[in-house]
Amino acid sequence: MNTPNKSGWKPEVNAPEDGMHAGPETVTGNRALMLDEPLIFELADNMATGVDLPEPASNAPSRLGGMERADAFGLPGLSEPEAVRHYTRLSRQNYAIDLGLFPLGSCTMKHNPRLNEKVARMPGFADCHPLAPVHTVQGALGVIHELGEWLCKLTGMPAVAMSPKAGAHGELCGILAIRAALEARGDARKVVLCPESAHGTNPATAAFAGYEVEDIPATGEGRVDFDALKARLGPDVAAVMITNPNTCGLFERDFRKIADAVHEAGGFVYCDGANFNAIVGRVRPGDLGVDAMHINLHKTFSTPHGGGGPGSGPVVFSEALAPFAPLPFVEQRGDSFHLVEEETAKADHEQSFGRMTAFHGQMGMFTRALAYMLSHGADGLKQVADDAVLNANYVLRGLDDLLHAPYASSGPCMHEALFGDDGFEGGLSTLDLAKSLIDEGYHPMTMYFPLVVHGAMLVEPTETESKASLDQFVAAFRNAAERAKAGDESMMQSPYYAPRRRLDETQAARKPVLAWQEPDET
Amino acid sequence: MRYLPLTDTDRSEMLAKVGASSIDDLFVDVPEEARLSGPIHGLPLHASEMAVEKHMRRLSKKNLAAADAPFFLGAGAYRHHVPASVDHIIQRGEFLTAYTPYQPEIAQGTLQMLFEFQTQVARLYGCAVANASMYDGSTACWEAVAMASRIARGKRSKVVLSGALHPHYAEVVKTMAKFTKDEIADAKPVMQGSPDNEGLIARIDDNTSCVVVQYPDILGRIPDLAEIAEAAHDKGALLIAVNTEPVALGAIKSPGELGADIVVGEGQSIGVGLQFGGPYLGLFAVRDPKHVRQMPGRLCGETVDAEGKRGFVLTLSTREQHIRREKATSNICTNSGLCALAFSVHMTLLGEKGLRQLAAENHRLACLAADRLASVPGVSVLNDGFFNEFTVMLDRNAREVVRELADRRVLAGVSLGRLYPQADDLAGGLLVAVTETTTEEDIETLGTMLREVLS
Repeated sequence: MNTPNKSGWKPEVNAPEDGMHAGPETVTGNRALMLDEPLIFELADNMATGVDLPEPASNAPSRLGGMERADAFGLPGLSEPEAVRHYTRLSRQNYAIDLGLFPLGSCTMKHNPRLNEKVARMPGFADCHPLAPVHTVQGALGVIHELGEWLCKLTGMPAVAMSPKAGAHGELCGILAIRAALEARGDARKVVLCPESAHGTNPATAAFAGYEVEDIPATGEGRVDFDALKARLGPDVAAVMITNPNTCGLFERDFRKIADAVHEAGGFVYCDGANFNAIVGRVRPGDLGVDAMHINLHKTFSTPHGGGGPGSGPVVFSEALAPFAPLPFVEQRGDSFHLVEEETAKADHEQSFGRMTAFHGQMGMFTRALAYMLSHGADGLKQVADDAVLNANYVLRGLDDLLHAPYASSGPCMHEALFGDDGFEGGLSTLDLAKSLIDEGYHPMTMYFPLVVHGAMLVEPTETESKASLDQFVAAFRNAAERAKAGDESMMQSPYYAPRRRLDETQAARKPVLAWQEPDET
Repeated sequence: MRYLPLTDTDRSEMLAKVGASSIDDLFVDVPEEARLSGPIHGLPLHASEMAVEKHMRRLSKKNLAAADAPFFLGAGAYRHHVPASVDHIIQRGEFLTAYTPYQPEIAQGTLQMLFEFQTQVARLYGCAVANASMYDGSTACWEAVAMASRIARGKRSKVVLSGALHPHYAEVVKTMAKFTKDEIADAKPVMQGSPDNEGLIARIDDNTSCVVVQYPDILGRIPDLAEIAEAAHDKGALLIAVNTEPVALGAIKSPGELGADIVVGEGQSIGVGLQFGGPYLGLFAVRDPKHVRQMPGRLCGETVDAEGKRGFVLTLSTREQHIRREKATSNICTNSGLCALAFSVHMTLLGEKGLRQLAAENHRLACLAADRLASVPGVSVLNDGFFNEFTVMLDRNAREVVRELADRRVLAGVSLGRLYPQADDLAGGLLVAVTETTTEEDIETLGTMLREVLS
């Protein structure tokens, strides 16, 4: 484990005498705490179970309309101790924020406070049905409302849609509102502009909503080329989608000018809020002319990533787009909260573009995010942005003498620092450097993104890393970079010390095995 | 601030190192007029853990939790017992605080779990391949429609929705279709004891890309999907089956074995809990492996490492947005990973044996409830067949009845008026869901209370 410390202590490794290094083979294939684990299908049998339920009576009534499932379908069961052991063993093959620095750029892997887990499990939130009569769930609706107020105030925007389930779903929400607004004025625009440095979800979202996608050119300093963008604007451009701070880690200085130009040309401005952590509490996107922006509660507001979700992607809207926001949403009337659904919407929200999901959004993430916001307050959130930006600049300046940092002279970076692979020797690549960082006890940075930098390495340390932790990380990163520049071939085989060596992704894709099958079936 | 490790000394040293005289120097690229001078007005300042917990507890207590009342709500979200060990496992930091497994050498825990999850879902659904999850059942349903359109390559534009598809799922499909070329043919449920397969089949034509059928349906009835699959296939259309209650598949045939081509659904019942509607777990599977490359979302596959050891990776990512951008099969990125873990752990604890017992217990109690409610004057049970949820017709507006019973601390079910507010002819309908968490005493209380408010 990576234990940053001020004293400089690290485990001493004395060179072993010949023959001592390998150690004996083990019967089990395990090596002490390095425990491999079979699949449940190899461990368990289909007649075992880890729950106590009554055996059905033979004369039990059946009103299944003749659709009884007679054949066995092969779901293995494990007793509780076996199941707990299986998943605990699996868990130990994962890297996680709880174990160390997780500097994935544009992913904002910050500490996940445990108070938030406790709060989300309070029965009034965890054990409530989404369709319970609204007067029995006033506290739950109150959470949605209160969180929405925070988001509006933090962004300086007048309205918010809470139902989108993740960032990409939020993008879709924003683009659909833009499309609905354009259609409401009889304006059939066909094109959405995205920078080449955009997250893949931006063009995918625009295409999903029926738009053609065109690139926005960038300047040599890593920002949107305002003049080129302005020249491209016209009556066919529905919207621009811009990430700010952008994925090169820079603040888009011209954002206000861009927004004004887009508005003047009759289009809308979508801001990808994935990188909001850099400016939360310091800059309000509403002051920059944004029409819609999603906020990843699982980034800026610390709800856990859970190995790939769930996320939550509320979208804030300008006055121009607010009437088109999706259903359902919560409204405060006097002391009580109302849920505006299709029925009530007919009267006062007839322009809503409709429903995006069955229920009201990610309540379990709302409670966590609200607890996070209340804990920090307006002052603490500003400090979050300050420390996140300071930590990223500390990493940038700790490495830019050694590694190619294409935009290091474009001004301070925001919450993430971007490097390229210029100067790596001997055919070594960003991938090799990343895998070497694994051996040092780190999760690698984001690799090969954004696409505008060759061999991109995007490092986002977040504000929840201490200085000592960053010092150790920079030292490890420098060592890896020096080896890469020296053409150290041994990096091509890294990682050496992870639960697995490099995995064959080509084989996985060429002959996909996507479900387990009994050996005799294959 | 308890979550921020930097001290003021650290900050000064670090600012010196990066060559800034103050933190504001790092924000010089923000136009001056957009910089805020101090903390945002109108928001509170930081608070202690104790104070925050107190605030949240106060809000929590303003809700009537399902455990605190006889509880019969369903309609796409079901209350089941979740074993304590499930919640323990998903709170292990190695699972909870990991990211999407982009670096497989240090994410085998998540990846092996996803491989097991995909296999469990495929077997539950009677399909060949399942993906690593979607947001929820309703968005999985939309993605299935979009996938069917891709398979039809724009040559077929009609999507036939069964009238007994969850109306919120139908709304999601209709919202999305406004922006695509799909023409959505939907209908209201036909209020009869058995699903209206005949009427549905009559709407399938040569321009139909897919038929979407819920199983069991929104009224709790169990349609014979085989008949619909045959009719759809005759016209060259795909059958999409939607399941909102996976526990049912411990008792009734899987959609895959009945011929559904794409099977999607809500996985919340297994392991996830009610959570006021989210996060939930979208399940997505295909019967025929030839459709795999048109699937949305992440897929985990088996491979080997450089030493020949078995391992798992995310694969076929050329379908996905981070590689294909505007040509991706979906824009989905983050999915419901931790809910997939909860589902998988719970399913492993159940096993096929436990799932069948759980399903049988749900059905036994639902039969008891249907008989008890049928004995109440002014109540009639609509369904010929059902699993753990059925529809009763009241001789009064069911929405009002639900409100009155809630005031007496009985959560009686979901009224059709809530789901179909414009349909006066459905206003007497009440969906009643019964699970293993329902007691016979709860059923008796509901019967007694219904009798009181109906007389």
